[in-house]
Amino acid sequence: MQRIGVFVCWCGSNIAGTVDVQAVSEALKNEPGVVYSTNYQYMCSQAGQDMIKNAVKEHNLTGIVVCSCSPRMHEATFRKTAAAAGLNPYMVEIANIREQCSWVHKEMPIGTEKAIILGKAAIAKVNLNTPLIPGESPVTKRALVIGGGIAGIQTALDIADAGFPVDIVEKQPTIGGKMAQLDKTFPTLDCAACILTPKMVDVAQNDKIRIFSYSEVAEVGGFVGNFDVKIKRRARYVKEDVCTGCGACVEKCPMKKVPNEFNLGMDNRTAIYIPFAQAVPKVATIDPNHCNMLKNGKCGLCAKVCAAGAIDYKQQDEIIEEKYGAIVVATGFNPISMDKFDEYAYNQSKDVITSLEFERLTNAAGPTAGKLLRPSDHKHPHTIVFVQCVGSRCAACAEKGKEYCSKICCMYTAKHAMLTRDKYPDTEVYVFYIDVRTPGKNFDEFYRRAVEEYGVHYIKGMVGKVVPEGDKLKVQASDLLDNKQLHIDADLVVLAAAIEPDKSARPLATMLTASMDTNDFFTEAHPKLRPVESPTAGVFLSGTCQGPKDIPETVSQAGAAASKVIGLLAKDKLTGNPCVANSDELMCNGCSSCQRVCPYGAISYIDKEFRMPDRTTKIRRVASVNPAVCQGCGACTVACPSGAMDLKGFANEQIMAEVDAICK
Amino acid sequence: MKFSYFPGCTLKNKAKDLDIYARRSAEVLGITLEEIENWQCCGGVFSTAKDEVATKLSSVRALKEAKSKDQPLVSVCSACHNVIKQTNHAIQTDKEFADKVNRYMAEEPYNGETQVYHYLEMLRDVAGFDAVKAKVVNPLKGKKIAAYYGCLLLRPNSVMKMDDPENPKIMEDLIKAMGADAVVYANRNECCGGYVSFESPELAKKKSLAVVENAKAAGAEMIITACPLCKYNLIKNGADIPVVYFTELLAEALGVKEDTNE
Repeated sequence: MQRIGVFVCWCGSNIAGTVDVQAVSEALKNEPGVVYSTNYQYMCSQAGQDMIKNAVKEHNLTGIVVCSCSPRMHEATFRKTAAAAGLNPYMVEIANIREQCSWVHKEMPIGTEKAIILGKAAIAKVNLNTPLIPGESPVTKRALVIGGGIAGIQTALDIADAGFPVDIVEKQPTIGGKMAQLDKTFPTLDCAACILTPKMVDVAQNDKIRIFSYSEVAEVGGFVGNFDVKIKRRARYVKEDVCTGCGACVEKCPMKKVPNEFNLGMDNRTAIYIPFAQAVPKVATIDPNHCNMLKNGKCGLCAKVCAAGAIDYKQQDEIIEEKYGAIVVATGFNPISMDKFDEYAYNQSKDVITSLEFERLTNAAGPTAGKLLRPSDHKHPHTIVFVQCVGSRCAACAEKGKEYCSKICCMYTAKHAMLTRDKYPDTEVYVFYIDVRTPGKNFDEFYRRAVEEYGVHYIKGMVGKVVPEGDKLKVQASDLLDNKQLHIDADLVVLAAAIEPDKSARPLATMLTASMDTNDFFTEAHPKLRPVESPTAGVFLSGTCQGPKDIPETVSQAGAAASKVIGLLAKDKLTGNPCVANSDELMCNGCSSCQRVCPYGAISYIDKEFRMPDRTTKIRRVASVNPAVCQGCGACTVACPSGAMDLKGFANEQIMAEVDAICK
Repeated sequence: MKFSYFPGCTLKNKAKDLDIYARRSAEVLGITLEEIENWQCCGGVFSTAKDEVATKLSSVRALKEAKSKDQPLVSVCSACHNVIKQTNHAIQTDKEFADKVNRYMAEEPYNGETQVYHYLEMLRDVAGFDAVKAKVVNPLKGKKIAAYYGCLLLRPNSVMKMDDPENPKIMEDLIKAMGADAVVYANRNECCGGYVSFESPELAKKKSLAVVENAKAAGAEMIITACPLCKYNLIKNGADIPVVYFTELLAEALGVKEDTNE
């Protein structure tokens, strides 16, 4: 029999205003197992906690019920109090008489009655509580970062800086991501390459960091502290450790008409290529879809000119296996396809481009060497129309766009408009917007400068139609503040396409059993208080895979994710949550129902030998829960048809006792 | 395959070509069009007023008639198709509307069971453009033809579900199947101005000419359409290239433009 102490909190007037706390502690005195009951103004205060500790000693308590606020608020506090008094922390139960009682009722008699019932339920449960001891598991002190854009780079550098080895897996031939394609960055207009490439070099030179470029994560097993990951290294037909990046092969390659993805198809590259001058690793890659040697065995020029002997046409994809303690997702974003927005004639005219294409057009290393020329005839455009929110904030057209705000477009459009006016004062620039959203340090000042100092025409309203006719783009739009239809003959139209998570994110989320929202952004463990952790233990989020972000925000989040990883890897052992599922092997019939519903992949099956009544042995397949992976959600206990699954600390028996106490 | 066929009033008067060539072409493709008995005018416009019932009853009767024969319902005029498809959708999704409508119906109620096709969808999804191509006897080689969709054929997309309203290709695919070159131009899905031709003839003219000029600038020698009102407006407002119904061109390609029986 337990010896239970009941502690009713007033929470100032928060509880005592609508609950007669004296009556509650009196009424609960006579419940089974209760040997002591009292109330106090602030139970969570030092004095309140001391009161509990003293009562444990004086009355020899074995269980504690605190009638107070939500367990989310102070369960941990009172568990610590119990531990300090020498009790197992899991012998504490909280009856939530604030959020679920005093705050939702107005009349004292009703509030009091309900508080008593909630107290009785908690007492009934504590009577069945048993001490729980959390398990421990070791930690592999190595992190995996998936994605080598600015988010992945920053996370990897910060983790390595703390002394832990990190591997970056990047599916492109080089790290750098989207930021490597940008021209200048807002709001300070420093060039993206100038601030990014030193970081890329830092990554390459850091002996704690390994880069697996042109590679993908193929399989993830294990759990927090002990992930087993298979990485597929795609054949690049060039020996990475031999290639010096001299570029002789690129010069000689006769296959010169491959659309260059780094410049978004606005110029061509060769079949063997290095994406850009500052690529890391700076090694060549052969595109097997366009290489004559790989396609039909005719050519071999690159192998002939390679002084280092790095070309290897027989190279195969390779799978490497590695163990990691933590995984950081940094898979980034892409602009959405403009195929469904042909009111802007993206597919009809070369001179209708996306903002990312505009970045390349103005980049000194881009297809026009930084000169702003129209793609169709390489003439200088004199009228440019920027259209914001193409596919963003598109609630009414969800089948073609996104409901959310892509967040970065207002600022980069202001940047494009300003830079255009700065470099080409003879060019008229129009920006059509729904709202201009520029919160952020020095952001609104930046936008105001575009309007006031650079004379960019900001027009509230949307473009309805772009009609290519002759060498003009006839833009039809509305000016909502002037209540007028506008017709502008433009030379170039730039679409601020919405951004969406990279397509690799969803299959990766499945491998990691990490949850996503309806837009395929990774979900954080708590939207405010745990923004860089996935609900899946050991999986962390960095950058735009979690939601639209600009570079400053991405870098902050990348650092935050790194600090969480460092916190995890700094531990030698991980203490688990002892409230995990547990299968009664005698009752389990091996049906797999629990395994199918488990969102964390915590359940596997083992063949176990059982002694039968007639002394023979029989091998049966039974469920086995990995307590280090189980998050204690309880889904399996509901799914189990034979009642074999139970959740420690929330056993079926305990829940039923609570229900009985409430219904009595 | 048999379809219930709703021609619509214009197809019996101004737009006889649209009707006749649709019937002849269907025959070549092995599709039987059975004209619904006692059909009435579709009303021309689908009223978006939630409590408007009377103007939608004609469509419901046609849909119900097709259901009684267990046939899908096809029409070829953009306006008729729009009204019928939207009415069917309203019955399927708005219980209150369905109840009201069924109070006008004798015998069993109609609950949106009939499948509604536009003639172009029938070509694409039932006959198949490959089959059309195989039956072409007069390939329209070298002809540069611009498809004109107008406003009604594709919108509202959530109901019509025929093609991407901003980047359609169903008529272009038909043009290619007939052996001609499809001219893609931006204004192919813009309004011809037909609905304001009494109130503001100048605006209507401007809208029509914007379509024609854009098609010509893209190299078109001819415009095809499914809509009698579009055809009327483009021609009346001064189109200087031929504007014809797509069915006429189809009949020509299939070799049945001149009816040997008449």
